[in-house]
Amino acid sequence: MNNGAIIQLEDVHKFYPMGRQGVHALAGVTLDFQPGSFWAVMGASGSGKSTLLNLLGCLDRPTSGRFSLGGKDISLLDDDELSELRLRHLGFIFQSFNLIPQMSLSENIELPLYYQGYHAHESVSRALELAERVGLGDRLDHRPTELSGGQQQRVAIARALANDPDILLADEPTGNLDTETSGQIMSLLTELNQQGKTIIMVTHERDIANHAKHRLHMRDGIIDSIE
Amino acid sequence: MVLKVIRNIRIGIKTLMLHKLRSLLTTLGVVFGVSSVIAMLAVGEGASREALERIRKLGSNIIILSSEKPMEDDAATRETSLMSIYGLLYDDELRIKESIPYVIRTVPVRTMRKEARLGQRSMELRVMGTTPDWFDLVKRPLLAGRLLNIQDMERLAPVCVLTERGARRLLATQNTIGEYIRIGSDSFEVVGILEGDDGTGGTQRLDRDGDVYIPMNTALQRFGERILQRATGALELELVELHQIIVEVESTEKVEIVAEAIHAMLQRFHPREDYRIEVPLALLRQAEETRRTFNIVLGSIAGISLLVGGIGIMNIMLASVTERTREIGIRRAIGAKQRQIIGQFLIETVVLSSLGGLIGLGIGALIPWIITQAAGMPTYITPYSLVLAVGISVSIGVIFGLYPAVRAARLDPITALRHE
Ligand SMILES: Nc1ncnc2c1ncn2[C@@H]1O[C@H](COP(=O)(O)OP(=O)(O)O)[C@@H](O)[C@H]1O
Ligand SMILES: [Mg+2]
Repeated sequence: MNNGAIIQLEDVHKFYPMGRQGVHALAGVTLDFQPGSFWAVMGASGSGKSTLLNLLGCLDRPTSGRFSLGGKDISLLDDDELSELRLRHLGFIFQSFNLIPQMSLSENIELPLYYQGYHAHESVSRALELAERVGLGDRLDHRPTELSGGQQQRVAIARALANDPDILLADEPTGNLDTETSGQIMSLLTELNQQGKTIIMVTHERDIANHAKHRLHMRDGIIDSIE
Repeated sequence: MVLKVIRNIRIGIKTLMLHKLRSLLTTLGVVFGVSSVIAMLAVGEGASREALERIRKLGSNIIILSSEKPMEDDAATRETSLMSIYGLLYDDELRIKESIPYVIRTVPVRTMRKEARLGQRSMELRVMGTTPDWFDLVKRPLLAGRLLNIQDMERLAPVCVLTERGARRLLATQNTIGEYIRIGSDSFEVVGILEGDDGTGGTQRLDRDGDVYIPMNTALQRFGERILQRATGALELELVELHQIIVEVESTEKVEIVAEAIHAMLQRFHPREDYRIEVPLALLRQAEETRRTFNIVLGSIAGISLLVGGIGIMNIMLASVTERTREIGIRRAIGAKQRQIIGQFLIETVVLSSLGGLIGLGIGALIPWIITQAAGMPTYITPYSLVLAVGISVSIGVIFGLYPAVRAARLDPITALRHE
């Protein structure tokens, strides 16, 4: 069964009981993700990309099918255990950055460390280290709204890296950015992948997807093709 | 653990500081509630402390009878003479001593105002003719010399015990025993000096600074059986035999029965209510009554305020949860457990209600002070009431914060993240 994959999906379904017949957001997905791989998930709007990513991110559980992460069967875990998985092994990057506006950059980056029970002084120095890594070491006491989109996304990446995750999940990370800043973000992600992070990224832009090693095309909740 | 809680509280305060005015207004209900609770307890405590203090000074097995000029003075009496005759009689004392059960002893007091002088100095003193037992019942420290004793009574000795103030004014020193002072036209040797009543003991009716005590028998011999003196500010003359009778009862439990028996007996011999019966123990009961009334009134105010305040806080926290749905989604995605979200919002609510509690504590401490200043009512703030106030405000935070916090924690992370 175990072929060294960090993520295994086996006939995974996600059904939303909506309207008269409901929506099959995922209609049977079977796929393995190897550690250190870099995937782009592509497809039309409504094809199930985000649903897949949320599932991989343990924010949700499949309606049916098997999903294991690092060898653990997710369907057997309760809410606390899923939270713990996210806290220790996963990092999220969102299209709209999702920084908390009332908190400084440092506090945003420190948030995962706070939930991991770090002492304040430890997490502050780690936040500085991470901010320097994304090139924002001198802005730690700024508010997110004082930064450009590209800068905000770099802070979000720093936050996603704070718990030193095995897997980075990015839902259209460049969706709100111009071409140039998109390029910067993509080279940052490529660098992280080279350092060993497994990255799964949703995008509908071809040239963004080209940064990934594999491309997964979705259509109506199933895998259309892989390249 | 403690460090973490402190950190959470700091974060909570920071969040609330983002909406200073809103937070402050939200706490008003708790402010009123807590201040009512503190005021309520302070008034109740003050009343019973005052009563207890009296009892401590006088004993709980004492009944005080005082002569009192009746309100509706008999029209006939007034026509026939300018003299009003009223008050307790020597016979009353005898009858009480002899016919009322459980009475251990009685102490008569006659009071008269007299000019007292020593050399050049003079002052008006209240002369109290009484028996040595008086000093047993009204326990006040002797500053110098000795008290009146049985021999003084038997010998009709011209001796007196001065209180501090009179001593200072007349003798110019506190401790001069053996001086002779003139009271009216008679000479008395000062044998002792007694501490004056500080006015808190509720014994104002029994004695006052500037009092002088002489043996009852001496008083009868020198100043006559009946006391005739000009009523204050009027031409009217008053004739009173005894101004006070202090009755000591066998035990505290019997005090009220005895007081009733005395009242019934006095009613037979006094067609008019020209006396007053005071039972310090009953004062305590009265204080309890005051306390109960205040508790009901202020307790209702407190209850309603706290309920309204709690609902207000809950309302604000629900709004806050809605406003911060996305933040909650982010925290959950990052790995926050449901109970950590609950903790975050609960701490915020508790900080909010505690802030109200703290302000309420300040105001609540001020209200009793105002009551004392304005109405002369005694109040007392116990440390216990402060602890209670803090407890109440924290509980309000927990009770009314729980629902919004649980609601925040139960949000679906994905939906929360998509929230605009
Ligand atoms: N919470 C939900 N409730 C009901 N339907 C949903 C929900 N989330 C997604 N869907 C539906 O599932 C399908 C896939 O959605 P999504 O994964 O967001 O697509 P994509 O990200 O590829 O645009 C869509 O038809 C969408 O309407
Ligand atoms: Mg999507």
